[in-house]
Amino acid sequence: MADGAPNQRVDMARALRDAGFTALLAFGLFLPLIGFQTVTNIRNDLILTTRWPLLFAIVAVVGAGRLAFSLVFEPWLKQRTLRPVAAAPAGWRAVFAKWFTPFAIGFVIVYPPLVVALNGFGGAVKWIDNFGIQILIYVMLGWGLNIVVGLAGLLDLGYVAFYAVGAYSYALLAKTFGLAFWLLLPLAGILSSFWGILLGFPVLRLRGDYLAIVTLAFGEIIRIVIINWVDLTNGYAGITGIPRPTFFGIPFNADDDGFAAVFGLEFSPLYRVIFLYYVILALALLTAFVTVRLRRLPVGRAWEALREDEIACRSLGINTTNTKLTAFAMGAMFAGFAGSFFATRQGFISPESFTFLESATILSIVVLGGMGSQIGVAIAAIAMIGGTEIMRELDFLKQIFGPTFDPTQYRMLLFGFAMVLIMIWRPRGLIATREPSVFLKERKSISADLINEGHG
Amino acid sequence: MAGNGDTILRVEHLTMRFGGLVAVDDLSFEARQGNITALIGPNGAGKTTVFNCITGFYKPSEGRIGLRHGDASVWGELETLTDSGKRRLARAHGTLYQLERMPEYLVTQQARVARTFQNIRLFPGMTVLENLLVAQHNRLMLASGYTLFGILGFPSYATAERAAIEKARLWLERIGLLSRADDSAGDLPYGAQRRLEIARAMCTDPLLLCLDEPAAGLNPRESAELNALLLAIRDEHAISILLIEHDMSVVMEISDHVVVLDYGVKIADGESEAVRNDPKVIAAYLGVADEDVAKVEAEVGL
Repeated sequence: MADGAPNQRVDMARALRDAGFTALLAFGLFLPLIGFQTVTNIRNDLILTTRWPLLFAIVAVVGAGRLAFSLVFEPWLKQRTLRPVAAAPAGWRAVFAKWFTPFAIGFVIVYPPLVVALNGFGGAVKWIDNFGIQILIYVMLGWGLNIVVGLAGLLDLGYVAFYAVGAYSYALLAKTFGLAFWLLLPLAGILSSFWGILLGFPVLRLRGDYLAIVTLAFGEIIRIVIINWVDLTNGYAGITGIPRPTFFGIPFNADDDGFAAVFGLEFSPLYRVIFLYYVILALALLTAFVTVRLRRLPVGRAWEALREDEIACRSLGINTTNTKLTAFAMGAMFAGFAGSFFATRQGFISPESFTFLESATILSIVVLGGMGSQIGVAIAAIAMIGGTEIMRELDFLKQIFGPTFDPTQYRMLLFGFAMVLIMIWRPRGLIATREPSVFLKERKSISADLINEGHG
Repeated sequence: MAGNGDTILRVEHLTMRFGGLVAVDDLSFEARQGNITALIGPNGAGKTTVFNCITGFYKPSEGRIGLRHGDASVWGELETLTDSGKRRLARAHGTLYQLERMPEYLVTQQARVARTFQNIRLFPGMTVLENLLVAQHNRLMLASGYTLFGILGFPSYATAERAAIEKARLWLERIGLLSRADDSAGDLPYGAQRRLEIARAMCTDPLLLCLDEPAAGLNPRESAELNALLLAIRDEHAISILLIEHDMSVVMEISDHVVVLDYGVKIADGESEAVRNDPKVIAAYLGVADEDVAKVEAEVGL
């Protein structure tokens, strides 16, 4: 690295050696995986066939890819790191920061009519339900978990438990006592935050990995209790016939007193979907609003201080026990809201919906978005959940890969790949800088390398 | 010793054992109100352990740590407090606390003892101003109605926050960091971080300020500024300071009273001048046998 010029010359011999070695590795790896194939012939015997052309094609692609990487990408990368960082034009950034949030909120508000106008009544349901509502549920869950993980720095791998508590609270109370959604919503939130505190107590002394394991176990305990307490929850079969939402007492059905008839409209299932969309939008915005407020309140600052340095917090007279418990309770409360919304939207819930994979999805939304960043979490939720849904739409891929190709099956592969890439390029998430909660003269974003991630 | 006029902190027979190791052995000393008391000793003497006991981070194995607010005559009731088994005893003319019975956050919140750390513990990802606001947590918490009023946007919280920012501003002016209020604390140079930590401790409104090696890593000029700051805190705010220090120029220049520890045992206690000339202290610091002290003294010019 003494002088730059000779080093920047592409080293052809090294590139070829690397490419050959990579191709050899690929050959060794893909020989048993792709080179040989077992098929059953017409007499139902298992016979071994070989696929040499395919194998060598793949090995060639891998080798060529490595060669291209060494010859083109690496020099480019080196150039890029040597080049001084061009500062983004400050004016553009300020304008973007100022207008992004109002624009985004405006867009999500006009989204349903926009979709209806573009796709008509029939086509709009999919876009509002699968994309709109589904994404907003995860945005809300991400924002709720963000309080626990992003602000307070407590790694929670069992967040879905509170989502389940909210869903089952609503389902059981609504079915048994016939209570209304708007009454049960806060109740489900309270019950969930109660469970959040219940989880909080035993894990107060735990940090880092140990906290993660216990919260993971807690999530599983709740799920397994739901499965096994058949008398109450109906076990694996789940709860069906959960009361559907009504428009302040007017049901969304085709009857004479249904929503469409009352307002003199032609019946369509779309009205309920649009109503649900606005309900979850309001809930998500409530979560965002409360979180933004909380960050400016002493409790929010104490959460962030706790993430930064717990010992220092205690030396300043902050009761860290209460601070941690409020973080767990607040996070759980929003999951409870989302859960009861989920139950009324689906009309059916079962333990299947509350597996560890859900917790992992929500956590990866928070981590990808950038811990503590509201906008980052929302973008990550759109990318992750919207991405899943988009996969279902990519039917044209069938023309390329054949009719048996199902793009949704590659979802996890692509997500894994995307996550690795993001963690390489933006190791602290999409929006890693922290906006201070208060300022004296000017608001300066804090760079990610100064911010602690918290140790539980 | 009991009922000494202006004593604010009384440490009696303090012993701290970690397994078989006795870190502090039967230590007794007093800190007087409005004084700077220095706790010195070689590395590993148990000074930080004493601090951790006083500020509630450790529960001492034995001993009593009394602190008073208000009139000194309240010391007469110390035995009553000890026998009652409670943390505090409030009388019209003053209040007594037994710090070893309190968790660390209550030592700061109620007994009003603030501390800093040997290895600076700021909140590096928060701004300088936010660091000082976190220190005023308890007052702001009350003003925000334990978050409820704050969420609903009641004006009482806005007023309290403005007052808190104003207080933080005064301290920033004082430590010369006003222009960096909106920078993150982790971005500050080392000396500034030390000053900020002291200001942050002061924002909790303490009566006793415990500083663990505030001059460590400071250059002579910063060290002199620190001396001035500590003297100002003592004189203007009538705050008692307890300080651990290795830098003898700081200790000798500003302390009113010096306590010397070695291997967890107190070896000297008195005015700084007297302690400086104590052969035992010199021996402990320079690591020589007692009989060689005269020779060493001659060498270092005492």
